[in-house]
Amino acid sequence: MKIVVCIKQVPDTTDVKINPETNTLVREGVASITNPFDEFAIEEGLRTREKYGGEVHVITMGPPQAIEVLKNALAVGCDKVYLVSDRAFAGADTLATAYAVSKTIEHIGGADLIFCGKQAIDGDTAQVGPGVATRLGIPQLTYVCKVREINVEQKKVVVERMMENGREVVESSLPALITVVKDINEPRLPSLLGIKRAAKAQIPTLSAKDINADENRLGLKGSPTWVTKVFTPEARGGGEVLKGELTDVVPLLINKLMDSKFIK
Amino acid sequence: MATLLIDKETCTGCEACIPSCPFGALSMKEGIAVVDEKCTFCGACVDVCPVSAITMEKDEKAVTIDAGAYKDVWVFIEHEQGKVSSVSFELLGEGRKLADAIGCKLSGFIFGKEAEGFIKEAIAYGAEKVYVTESSLLEPYRTDPFACAAVNLIRKYKPEIVLFGATIQGRDFAGTVATTLGTGLTADCTGLEIDPETKYLKQTRPAFGGNIMATILDYPNYRPQMSTVRPKVFPMPRRDDSRNGEVIREPLPMTEDQIRTKVLEFIKGAEAVNLADAEIIVSGGRGIGSAENFKVVRELAGVLGAAVGASRAAVDAGWIPYEHQVGQTGRTVRPKIYFACGISGSIQHQAGMKTSDIIVAINKDPEAPIFKIATYGVVGDLFTIIPMIKEEFRKRLGR
Repeated sequence: MKIVVCIKQVPDTTDVKINPETNTLVREGVASITNPFDEFAIEEGLRTREKYGGEVHVITMGPPQAIEVLKNALAVGCDKVYLVSDRAFAGADTLATAYAVSKTIEHIGGADLIFCGKQAIDGDTAQVGPGVATRLGIPQLTYVCKVREINVEQKKVVVERMMENGREVVESSLPALITVVKDINEPRLPSLLGIKRAAKAQIPTLSAKDINADENRLGLKGSPTWVTKVFTPEARGGGEVLKGELTDVVPLLINKLMDSKFIK
Repeated sequence: MATLLIDKETCTGCEACIPSCPFGALSMKEGIAVVDEKCTFCGACVDVCPVSAITMEKDEKAVTIDAGAYKDVWVFIEHEQGKVSSVSFELLGEGRKLADAIGCKLSGFIFGKEAEGFIKEAIAYGAEKVYVTESSLLEPYRTDPFACAAVNLIRKYKPEIVLFGATIQGRDFAGTVATTLGTGLTADCTGLEIDPETKYLKQTRPAFGGNIMATILDYPNYRPQMSTVRPKVFPMPRRDDSRNGEVIREPLPMTEDQIRTKVLEFIKGAEAVNLADAEIIVSGGRGIGSAENFKVVRELAGVLGAAVGASRAAVDAGWIPYEHQVGQTGRTVRPKIYFACGISGSIQHQAGMKTSDIIVAINKDPEAPIFKIATYGVVGDLFTIIPMIKEEFRKRLGR
């Protein structure tokens, strides 16, 4: 089994604060982390390898400093990692990103199974996974909370998908692309040996040319959408703390809620 | 390739641009602003520079398609277990406004084994035309036949705007459709507007966990303009069963052996979770203290017909399954009323619920951040307060 995991370096959005005076983002000192959903994708890749054999290859597309998330992937035991980095990728929307990622996967020899996080916490689009699957011409299984079984000989996988009101059990042919939710596993911590190995590792960087990509389909040039405006949402006004004896406060609260007409 | 240019002569080193960058790509070097490779050309800094020292050069794209050939606003009519999802009706309401602003028609498109009842409802909620593909392969939902049916219709009838609910279904196959068509798709929009001059669709969506908003356009080279739209953002339009509409049927150009997945079974959740559709959500957090204690949350939810949510802390402690988790690594919800019981209100939790119309916070810690965003807050012991709220509602609602 060749397993490929696609990960993204994201700013830790929990650190992103708004400067109330200028109403702009304060980015100073914001740490970069592996997208939280991708940690589950890496772990699922490793567990699949442990159960069915094979190798886990991890790719990320981003600026040179994205190499950090690949080092973390090596530290937890992934076999090979690739940084896909080129100025030509800058400004890519989900269509252009999915194109570049799919070209990368083809370049490294394809995959039997691809794992991605459900979505990245900075963009929150959940579109790159399905985009990559479509470009590669393989089926996609999104919102997966459990991989039940893989039949390597028959090239089949059975998963559980988390739906609004239950779980859907789906069988798919392989190769396939799976996007995972948090419930699927508990990611392991890196071992001391892993950290040492990662620190010494030479990480290959692939350029647009290396992955044989058509420049017209990359970055801003290959993106159908563009951001015309970025702004801070109106801050939600601090509300009212109802004070007094609970025997007064509770009926007062209920009055206010009944007045809203939302209670039926 | 685009370039961001900072004019060294004009830049005064005021640093106004630095915090405006959502990607941290700007910094100061020898008293003037410099940009590094983290820049994604979003243009946020261009507008804030008080001396207009920052400009952006974008490669002009040759318009190679006939955008004028694309007409009408389409809304995907999603249904599950025999019921149309309310977001589809909300989108028909919003789609009506967009179609009026452009001066075009509003259509629905429906896939399923038997769509008759859904067609009537789509028309009653405002669709002038309904495109229908019926096949036994379209039930239950699967990515392959749904994407195939949508691509087939869009290629043939060329809508200029296509809207999907940002539901599990919509977000699963809209990406496949957009990639196959090679067009844009803007995820999880919370605002849609037609530019009065160009008649292009302006799509506004939250990013960075709701900390910033971005307005997105599609280049005129790419049509249709497609979005998935968050449920509960737009109001339900009025139903009018006297309306008439045209029905256009197209067969599914796919056979079972071309479909790569099979649905083996559906395991219904032990408790109906459906947070996306809920008008009211009662959520419990760390302050609930145990799995057993969640019954106080469930009892209030029961009286109000509400869904039960939870914070990450409660889920990670194993008190309640992950399906209930609201927040950054759980679900994003937008109910009319959100009760946060024993939830301190971390940024991650807020990212999943702060656009709720009314937030009620019940917490013993008056300093909890949840009170900063709560419409109404009550400080005190939730095990005393929630049962009192439940009893009061029970009395007033006669339940």
